[in-house]
Amino acid sequence: MKVLYFAWLRERLNKGEETVSPPAEVRTVSDLIDWLAANDEAADLAFANRKLIKAAVNARIVTHDAPVAANDTVALFPPMTGG
Amino acid sequence: MSVRIQTAAFDPGEETNAFLATNAGAGAAVTFTGLVRSQPGDPITALVLECYPDLAINQVKAIIEGAIARFGLIKATVIHRYGALRPGEPIVQIMALAPHREAAFKGAEYLMDYLKTDAPFWKKEETPTGSRWVDAKSADDDAKARWD
Repeated sequence: MKVLYFAWLRERLNKGEETVSPPAEVRTVSDLIDWLAANDEAADLAFANRKLIKAAVNARIVTHDAPVAANDTVALFPPMTGG
Repeated sequence: MSVRIQTAAFDPGEETNAFLATNAGAGAAVTFTGLVRSQPGDPITALVLECYPDLAINQVKAIIEGAIARFGLIKATVIHRYGALRPGEPIVQIMALAPHREAAFKGAEYLMDYLKTDAPFWKKEETPTGSRWVDAKSADDDAKARWD
């Protein structure tokens, strides 16, 4: 599974993307965030306020209850400031 | 519909003229250009826009489809830059073509309101004393919500 990070999430984690292999019980975006936070102190801090974490799976915006699978590209990012 | 997500600069006047040149059945066009703002009391040296291009294309297409369906636009175009921009440079241009002015104005407003909150760009202001991420504004959420 590929995970992309943007904006201040990217900066706080000090990486724009990584490839991860979460265990089978990681079924949703929410599970993935929990798992990433549990395994990395910087991630734990960066993801502390879950309301500020938006997500996309395979370049489609999703909510945190959306499913994730091994071949997916999951993006995590702060609220967007376009325009 | 046309969506362009790019680092390259664009010329708002040329884009407008090209957009207007193909106007079958149109009576009204509204164009909007968003610029990098630097205020005298709080100057910035650059605005750096981060982007997730794959998602931006999908999101902006969906926003344009929404505007066309809702207001009966003949066509609409969004050009959005990312990368490092200087004060005064165009960031975004949206253009809406419609049979009558009300649809063109409303369509253009709708496009901008949705771009603010639903297009995956993130702005960082570089100032003489350091850099800061621009926070999402609740006023932008409110502006989008009026179309619900």
